[in-house]
Amino acid sequence: MINLEEENWSLIIEPQRGLLDLRLGELWRYKDLVALFVRRDFVSIYKQTILGPLWYLIQPLLTTITFTVIFGNIASLPTDGLPQFLFYMSGAVVWSYFSSCLTKTSETFVQNANLFGKVYFPRLAVPVSILISSLITFIIQFAMFVLFALYFTLRGTPIQPNWLWIALSPIFIIMMAGLGLGFGIIISSLTTKYRDLRFMVQFGVQLLMYATPVIYPVSSIPQRFQWIILANPMTSIIEAFRYAFLGAGTVSVNSLLYSFCFMVVIVAVGSVIFNRVEQTFMDTV
Amino acid sequence: MTTAISVERLSKTYRLGQIGTGTFAHDLNLWWARMRGKPNPLLRIGDKDHGNRDSKEIWALKDVNFKVEQGEVLGIIGRNGAGKSTLLKILSRVTAPTSGRIKVKGRIASLLEVGTGFHPDLTGRENTYLNGAILGMSRREIDRKFDEIVDFSGVEKFIDTPVKRYSSGMYVRLAFAVAAHLEPEILVVDEVLAVGDAEFQKKCLGKMGSVAKEGRTVLFVSHNITAINQLCRSALWINKGQIVALGETKTITTQYLDFQFTNENEKTISIKHTQDEIFQLTDVKINGATAQDSVINSAAPVEIDLTYEIHKITNGLRIGFDLYARDGSILLRSFDDDIDTVKRSTGTFLAQARIPPNLLNEGKYYIDIAVGIHGVRWILWHDVTIRFEILSAGKINRNYAGGKHPGYFLVDADWKTLQLP
Repeated sequence: MINLEEENWSLIIEPQRGLLDLRLGELWRYKDLVALFVRRDFVSIYKQTILGPLWYLIQPLLTTITFTVIFGNIASLPTDGLPQFLFYMSGAVVWSYFSSCLTKTSETFVQNANLFGKVYFPRLAVPVSILISSLITFIIQFAMFVLFALYFTLRGTPIQPNWLWIALSPIFIIMMAGLGLGFGIIISSLTTKYRDLRFMVQFGVQLLMYATPVIYPVSSIPQRFQWIILANPMTSIIEAFRYAFLGAGTVSVNSLLYSFCFMVVIVAVGSVIFNRVEQTFMDTV
Repeated sequence: MTTAISVERLSKTYRLGQIGTGTFAHDLNLWWARMRGKPNPLLRIGDKDHGNRDSKEIWALKDVNFKVEQGEVLGIIGRNGAGKSTLLKILSRVTAPTSGRIKVKGRIASLLEVGTGFHPDLTGRENTYLNGAILGMSRREIDRKFDEIVDFSGVEKFIDTPVKRYSSGMYVRLAFAVAAHLEPEILVVDEVLAVGDAEFQKKCLGKMGSVAKEGRTVLFVSHNITAINQLCRSALWINKGQIVALGETKTITTQYLDFQFTNENEKTISIKHTQDEIFQLTDVKINGATAQDSVINSAAPVEIDLTYEIHKITNGLRIGFDLYARDGSILLRSFDDDIDTVKRSTGTFLAQARIPPNLLNEGKYYIDIAVGIHGVRWILWHDVTIRFEILSAGKINRNYAGGKHPGYFLVDADWKTLQLP
């Protein structure tokens, strides 16, 4: 009789779970919650703004114009022979997906401390919903970039997209999401203890952008120093995007493989830390 | 009967004091000094070096074992800091236990707060879905119950208005309506009844009663002994992280209240230092003394003096008390702004209240200081207790020695007897 009961427990609450026990099945059961978080992010951000969703387009547009004026016209940085406007826009749009994944997931614990303290749901639902809502933003912004690229082509600028690489681009998006998520949840886990990191994130992402070929092409870096830039896992992704859609860029299968492995490692490390922290952080916040 | 929850050797420790130094640079600095065998560089001269590892541990729960049968309604009682909230937090999986485990059969939903995750910019409808999903409902479940929820909340006219435009009452009603329509096998409820008006509290209690009748398991934490007596079949009394007693409600609550009164350790009224950013109680006196268990003549008034500091000007701050009889029944609540609003700047204040003479019957009573911001939160509640005893010396019933009237009050009912022609 007792044995029979033992088998029927639907939940056992214990001190620590296994390191890699991420309970992804449970996350799947909460998919409606993820969807609602995504919706909340969209609806709440632009409520009470005049331009509303138009901000999704204005932001990258203004960044691109700024880059074109400062780095293109004043500093005259090379752009692999591509029209400056398209070159910077591709960089800015792709980069902003990575940076928004990273900065927003890095706030997971601090921003939601109140919520997490009152009710249980798989904590991963928050970062995952951030990846999705950022992805939607990215798709909208990237569509705008593609329209501009088409416009330039119609005006006679020679642009040679590589269809095979374009077909591969979802993989690049997954890699960026993974990198953003991995770094983000590591930082968010550490911010429960060290609040300093919150300030470092803003600044760090900004600096990292300059260490990534967003405003310059890899080809403009002297051969001797290229390894430094290529050590950055975001480099090959941005160059791959440019190569796919605009036909110019320095990519190799090796460097993409490197970024992919980097992403897998960082997501694994992040998940383990996140898993550990989510069980105890209510006691330290 | 099958067991719905089995708690086995459950313990939880919290570390008091600092966990780390809070900034990465300091921790790094400390670690580097330790590696070289140097003393703590962050220490002020004169301080003792405790190091971080020696910080004090407290047992919020220690080796707790109990079982809850399916369909049982269990009330959990105990003073503030006894470990009730920790138990609830572990059950709701907000925090993990230090050792031991809890085995559960069926889906748990916990209500530690109403309106968790409400977003002010979203409409009532959107928040209903969001809040429902946070509490563990699927979209389809909410679709199915949506009309019922809106009906129960009584805000159908404003369901498409952002909740930031709601009055606090409407907000709480909608939030509770969502929570009330959860259908878990096990419901864990904290002092949610502490907010909202009397009518709302009645609605909550009613809903909890009906949930219990449907055969679901309910764990209910409350300071409201009357509510526990009404709703729960059995009660669990926790003190200092350990179980004192578990059994039939009436027996346990009586024991608990007796204990509250005979707690000899406390001779004077202790003031909880809340470190609240708005309010701090600094002194409490009953009839001019800070002693507990003072004996007061029923013909004399009971005078309560509260000295407090206001650190921040806040609207809706109410300072008052609840008067309880020894058996836990609440006799009255009184606030300083019951009749006129009180204007306060920052600074130190003395509030004086007076329970009129010739009102309370002989017996033991206690006063619970209640300070809160209306519709927002309690600052002090079940934190400061003043016990006292009334001895009858009045003229009522004095011709019948030894005969004490039953009841809580002893009032001169102004009897007149006329002989009719």
